[in-house]
Amino acid sequence: MRGGLQKIWVTGLLIAASLVAIFPLLWMVSMSFMPEAEADAFPARLFPQHPTLANYADLFAHQRMGRFLVNSLLVASLATVLSLAFNVAAGYAFAKLHFRGREKLFQFLLALVVIPAQLTMLPLFFQLKMLGLLNSYAGVVVPFMASLFGIFLVRQYALGLPDEMLQAARVDGASEWMIFRRIVLPNLSPIIVTLGVFTFLAAWNDFLWPLIVLSDDHTYTLPLAIAALSQEHIQDSGMVMACATVTIAPVILLFLALQRHYVRGLLAGSVKG
Amino acid sequence: MTRALLRELSPGHVFISPAMLVLAVFFLAPVLGALIMSFTDFDIYTLADLHNLRFIGLGNYVSLLQTPLFWKAFGNTCYFALVGAPLSIMVSLAMAMALNVPGIGLKALYRTALFAPYVATLVAAAVIWRYMLDAQYGWLNQFLMVIGLRPVDWLGNPHLSMPAIILFSVWKNFGYNMLILLAALQRIPDDLYEAARVDGAEPWQRFVHVTLPGIAPSLWMVALLTVAGYFQLFAEPYVMTQGGPAQSTVSLLYFMYEDGFKWWNLGHASATAFILFAVLMTLSFLRPKSDEVFA
Repeated sequence: MRGGLQKIWVTGLLIAASLVAIFPLLWMVSMSFMPEAEADAFPARLFPQHPTLANYADLFAHQRMGRFLVNSLLVASLATVLSLAFNVAAGYAFAKLHFRGREKLFQFLLALVVIPAQLTMLPLFFQLKMLGLLNSYAGVVVPFMASLFGIFLVRQYALGLPDEMLQAARVDGASEWMIFRRIVLPNLSPIIVTLGVFTFLAAWNDFLWPLIVLSDDHTYTLPLAIAALSQEHIQDSGMVMACATVTIAPVILLFLALQRHYVRGLLAGSVKG
Repeated sequence: MTRALLRELSPGHVFISPAMLVLAVFFLAPVLGALIMSFTDFDIYTLADLHNLRFIGLGNYVSLLQTPLFWKAFGNTCYFALVGAPLSIMVSLAMAMALNVPGIGLKALYRTALFAPYVATLVAAAVIWRYMLDAQYGWLNQFLMVIGLRPVDWLGNPHLSMPAIILFSVWKNFGYNMLILLAALQRIPDDLYEAARVDGAEPWQRFVHVTLPGIAPSLWMVALLTVAGYFQLFAEPYVMTQGGPAQSTVSLLYFMYEDGFKWWNLGHASATAFILFAVLMTLSFLRPKSDEVFA
């Protein structure tokens, strides 16, 4: 009897909390479909009475939304591809290949975790200025190329690969590169998806570094675009909400599609603790 | 010559070298660069011509400690981290425990909904919350009026601006720690609860004597990482308040960003970055030795 009461109470709490969690996001979508008069109405409205796509049309026609969307897609995709290229090979090597200095180097990398990325930003800005990479996609993705988190994540997963499998291939005369491509990569595919989703979302959502590197608004990613739009057009609430929707919806959808892989990565950082 | 060298290297070296090279050039070198920069007067003239660089020893650090806005930013950041992080963790733990109650339907749905704010783009979410917190139209004030309180100017009042940002951050971030704590809760064996129940332990006693010890390592880790993360506050004040009103939401990173990239005092700003680093370093010493984050 008491168990039943507890269940009702907890279910009520979960429903209420879930509503609070998603309310701002739902309101964002709803408001993005409101004509100007409704979006500005007082008291604020929950649902549009006369839904319209005018805000989106306005964004793409007059605020270069298409350009920012393409910039964000390119930056996040490039960051993902580069991160996978660099970190999967390194993570696998730290787990399964023996080489001189491996343990010391790995301990060194572990010690670097405490250094915040922001510490590197001032000199890195100067470095990229010298290289002529300011206002370029390349400049934005530089911090994502090699990540300690990525190397640790892949290494942790690769430790579980059976040594016999790799040894058997070596006995058959396969080169290390062949083993990596034909045996290791397919077996690492779950963690590759995980690292891919993580990197894509992180690059898509990133703000401070793009803000520093990208000063020319042709190169803006969506977070920069919405920050600028909200400062210039805060009164056009419908349009700003449409911009927020274009920014947030892709990552929410990606997360929903690949939730399992994402949560695996999230927990990998803590479970061993 | 090159061939001989290549034969000396084992395949492992070849596999790690691209990543190590990138880390060295774009991570380690800038860290050292920041250290050197923080002892120089690196400014807009130096950006134009490196010959204008002068070493000024601890000059930047001394001047920072005499800058009132730096102390304000430091205080604001501590306020945000030391109030916001515990609040956020409490919400995370409460939700994780609710999701861990057996026999409740649709858990996957609740979990996804509760986690959604964490995935949402921070800057865009902060923009939504500017409207949520609006002094006239905002839902938060409408809610206050429904329960009989007076509406307040959340982002316009220097005493309420930081609480408003904390409220937003708790909403935005609690989902992450919720999943980590939920995983920790699920690893506590049911027998322990059963035994406690047989011994006549009340729910609160079971929480203190079974749940808390069971999740203590995770909770400790979550607390350190969350406080460290909260010390890196930047986008929220940038979007929601521009550091105002009355500089009540200027954070260390916001101060560093304006100092470095608005006024181009890169040397001075590097010193701020190092002070932030020192705070995070100190925090990391509180980590129990046996706990490695990733390994």
